[in-house]
Amino acid sequence: MTAVTNESVLLSIRNLRKEYRPGQPVLKDISLDIDASGITAIIGPSGTGKSTLIRCINRLVDPTAGEILFEGQDLAKLSGQALRQARRRIGMVFQEYNLVERLSVIENVLSGRLGYVPAWRAFLRKFPAEDVTRAFDLIDAVGLNEDFATRRADALSGGQRQRVGIARAIMQNPALVLADEPTSSLDPKTSVEIMDLMADLSAKRGVPIIINIHNVELAKRYAGRIIGMTGGEVVYDGPPAGLKPDHLKHIYGGEDFL
Amino acid sequence: MSGAVLHSGAPRVWQRFTPGQRIARSLLYIVTAIAVVWSIKTIEIIPEFLYDAPEQTADLFKRMWPFDWAFYPKAIHHALIETFHIATLGTILAIVLALPLSFLAARNFTRNPVLNFVAQFIFVSSRSVNSLIWALLFVAVFGPGALSGVLSIAFRSIGFVGKLFGEALEEAQRGPIEALTAAGAPRSMVLAKGYWPQVEPAFWSVALLRWDINIRESAVLGLVGAGGIGVALDAALNNLYWDQVGLILAVIFAVVIVTEIVTSTIRKRII
Repeated sequence: MTAVTNESVLLSIRNLRKEYRPGQPVLKDISLDIDASGITAIIGPSGTGKSTLIRCINRLVDPTAGEILFEGQDLAKLSGQALRQARRRIGMVFQEYNLVERLSVIENVLSGRLGYVPAWRAFLRKFPAEDVTRAFDLIDAVGLNEDFATRRADALSGGQRQRVGIARAIMQNPALVLADEPTSSLDPKTSVEIMDLMADLSAKRGVPIIINIHNVELAKRYAGRIIGMTGGEVVYDGPPAGLKPDHLKHIYGGEDFL
Repeated sequence: MSGAVLHSGAPRVWQRFTPGQRIARSLLYIVTAIAVVWSIKTIEIIPEFLYDAPEQTADLFKRMWPFDWAFYPKAIHHALIETFHIATLGTILAIVLALPLSFLAARNFTRNPVLNFVAQFIFVSSRSVNSLIWALLFVAVFGPGALSGVLSIAFRSIGFVGKLFGEALEEAQRGPIEALTAAGAPRSMVLAKGYWPQVEPAFWSVALLRWDINIRESAVLGLVGAGGIGVALDAALNNLYWDQVGLILAVIFAVVIVTEIVTSTIRKRII
């Protein structure tokens, strides 16, 4: 099964299955190959397993069966330190930003390095100079200026918080970024700005992004590949141009929304 | 059935309680009345003592005033400082002992029901014993003095600090914890950078509240010989030096008010 050694494939999911309750699979033997560049959008109705799929990749959720091959390892089998070291290579952006509210913006960005720096450095807030420089650069790169660095995360708006969340993910120097509904808590204009930012960072830094998204229009606009899921299965996998109303009818069930 | 028909003519009735509930409530009133009568009979109030209570109280105050001010530098000041130290050291010791336990008790941090239970059990044992009883035990083991006082304050406080801080940990938001875990941070870092910033205000609030309570509690520990201002109070009471008793009570009152003001001011600043 592992015989597929295509150079451009970064992540290879094989027969991934997840059952929260025995006998009731949320993911039904999903197999996918994700390339080492570009944006892949996963669309589908709520409760269809999109979030579970993405969380299985970095093992916030433990899969029931299947393989997740990434940089020469099966993530599904890792535990302890090996799992932590693999997680450092995968950044994650969340719907609710998941910043530590009472810490400053720069410390939130620097916490992307917590898997790398020795414990005493983090305790004493003495991060290596190159990390601090990079953190400031990233705060710049996500469109916040230096004034924001020392502000507490709870003083920011939703869009600003998500920018910090993205900076934290990139701070890890990831080979892959997972984004779980990154725009669902934002207004339409801010959503587009955040998607612009992610597309820009992905292209400039050559980091592929897998993104769960509700908004089909945004998915079509930014993703190079769309994966449509329904009932725990992949029912569409292809370019945005190929996604027709019939597919959407199948994915979401019914056509009233079209 | 008539509920479906609007304006059907017949007056529609609404009652807060069902007949069963009304009977239960009446029974509850009767039981309460019986309990009150019964307990008054049990405590055997002696009417003569009750009648001259106002007189006795007035007499007590007369004997307390004027205070024996000279007694303050002689004995009270030193005992007061000792009380402060007992309360402060006892609180610090309690925090040191309770912190690791509260992480064991927090079900979101320690996913092991046995460890959760052990920590909860220690908290309950600590809290179910009054600090005066702890003091009696420690005086028996270590002899009278401030050490027994510190230990009894600490042992009584472990349960209080541990339980409240453990609950604060359980209320920490999952999101940031998840984000740090996803970034590959080891558990110690998730604790220091994910949990701690979220529970820090609760921690200081609990610690200050307990210190405040401990100042009051350590003031009476001397009654059983565990050091502090209570020793002086006990001696004055036994010797019927009411002017000294009055002064000690006034000093305790003043100290309690000052600590109350100090702790509430600090708490406001932190949160």
